[in-house]
Amino acid sequence: MFSRDRWDEILEALNANKFRTFLTAFGVFWGITILVLLLALTNGLKNGVTADFGDFATNSMFMWTQGTSKPYKGLPKGRYFSYKIGDVAAIKSEIPNLKYVSPRNQLGGYNGANNVTRGTKTGAFEIYGDYPEFIKQQPMDILQGRFISYSDIEAKRKVCVIGTGVVKGLYDKEEEVLGTYIKVNGVNFLVVGTFKMSNSQGDGEQDASTIYIPFTTFGQAFNRGENVGWMAITAVDGVSITSLKQQVFDLMKFRHKVDPTDERAIGHFDLSEQFERINGLFSILSLVGYFVGALVLMSGIIGISNIMLIVVKERTKEIGVRRALGASPWSIKSQILQESLILTILSGMVGISFAAFVIWVMNIILDNAGPVDNFANPSVSMQVVFTALIILIVSGVLAGLIPANSATKMKPVDALRKE
Amino acid sequence: MIQIKDLHKSYHMGSNSLHVLKGINFDVKEGELVSIMGSSGSGKSTLLNILGMLDEADEGEYILDNVPIKNLNEKIAAKYRNEFLGFIFQSFNLINYKSALDNVSMPLYYKGVKRKERTERAMHYLEKVGLAQWSHHLPSELSGGQKQRVAIARALASDPKVLLADEPTGALDTKTSYEVMELIQGINDEGKTILVVTHEDDIAHMTKRIVNLKDGLIIDDSPVEQIRASAHV
Repeated sequence: MFSRDRWDEILEALNANKFRTFLTAFGVFWGITILVLLLALTNGLKNGVTADFGDFATNSMFMWTQGTSKPYKGLPKGRYFSYKIGDVAAIKSEIPNLKYVSPRNQLGGYNGANNVTRGTKTGAFEIYGDYPEFIKQQPMDILQGRFISYSDIEAKRKVCVIGTGVVKGLYDKEEEVLGTYIKVNGVNFLVVGTFKMSNSQGDGEQDASTIYIPFTTFGQAFNRGENVGWMAITAVDGVSITSLKQQVFDLMKFRHKVDPTDERAIGHFDLSEQFERINGLFSILSLVGYFVGALVLMSGIIGISNIMLIVVKERTKEIGVRRALGASPWSIKSQILQESLILTILSGMVGISFAAFVIWVMNIILDNAGPVDNFANPSVSMQVVFTALIILIVSGVLAGLIPANSATKMKPVDALRKE
Repeated sequence: MIQIKDLHKSYHMGSNSLHVLKGINFDVKEGELVSIMGSSGSGKSTLLNILGMLDEADEGEYILDNVPIKNLNEKIAAKYRNEFLGFIFQSFNLINYKSALDNVSMPLYYKGVKRKERTERAMHYLEKVGLAQWSHHLPSELSGGQKQRVAIARALASDPKVLLADEPTGALDTKTSYEVMELIQGINDEGKTILVVTHEDDIAHMTKRIVNLKDGLIIDDSPVEQIRASAHV
């Protein structure tokens, strides 16, 4: 179908009226540019918002205790209780489909008082007692040394892994960090590793000013005993934590003698639910992007169809001559179709390239200007580009269909008579 | 070569019906050079269009080179036109964005001839009409006479059985007209069957036979003494 002769024919025809070809192509160019840009911006917004979730495994929830609101089994309401380390094992053994159950304890906090010292330097940092699997829920890059290990947990070693912010606050430049000691609330800890968050956005500084120590050490050193501050629970892939959380609550209520109907006793934050909600929002936004972009594109397509009709009309006589010389109706039709197809695809490709260029410039500006709230890395996937191309091909054929049919509708004798 | 029996054609415009051809009978043998004359409205162009399969008769029989031409669909008509017929038009009808060479090779393109051979053959016919050095010029860069010669080369390119010329000299001055007729006579001398529609007496007398049409009927069909166009140039 696309022989070299046919190419020559098409290029000749398109070249015969360059300005008109350009104007026609511009409609489609503009349509596809808008389509791709809209999707890229949606994506940028999505990246920005989901970055606030950090890298934390999204199929997770956090669970802590609050005061009971109902009396139960002779216990009064307004009673405070604490999860115990035994609860973790109970959850792991009794509830299937959970990937990680990490008990956590925390010391210090945002804008807290100075609690860490090293020599003459002091700083206020967040100190967490954690289990080794926590790094799987909250991915971080270990820059030096290692993360907490199970032998640390078992031996209750006083070791710590510190963030880049802590290093900056307590050490001189180029100073060796591993193997040194820092004093947390008066207790000495050996630094065994440094980390930074894999993909920190916005909260980067806070994340970096964090110190991780073994959970068991935390309990002993800071007088928490068996108590667990809160838990981070992640479900296995394919099973939503939202569908499992009620079982976890029921188990906890049972173990801590809380009325099963007491909704207030256990507080939680369902990351998965929030994430799904945001994801749903962006699915809709993407859909709107496709919809609006496709509409703009459609007006470009109608432009091509329109111009091709005029071209066919103008070339009525030429078409008559071609048919007198032996052109079959199909060869005329396919030529018109291919002209429209090539015009559409060519202008579409230029449009996609142009959109890619704009996105590239946008990213450079964003990189230079620093992070912007709720907006990051606008981009489109290859999948979107291919979808756009398929839309283009289909619409190119559609645009050429009516003109191609009208080109051969007229009898050759009438076509030849046209001036 | 051409046999026509009792050919009828009417045009319908709203409720009016115009009977243009009212029973045409005539034969053309191979190698003839025939002119069809008549005042405007006599039906000569309609006859030529039917002969050229650009239009269809309502009634009657048309046999071209022993092939009955009847109930053709457009695809077959296009094939027959390509194989049997070469057209020469009054207004040349060259494609204005194609060079002379490309114009001439178009019938060969539709015939499916390979590119290289096509160009060679087109060049051959351009040489024949004396325009080899103009092969890469666009029609707009050629004079009227030259354009018609390119058109003649194009009509010859697919080596058709019959050439159909509709007022081939209608848009040309006398001198160029004679040059074009000289070329047509030359092609006829080589044995090609040619039909020329004209309303100019001097052009008609350069053919070998004049068919006179009036009101859709042949009123006179007689051989004439051919006047060589070269005598006038």
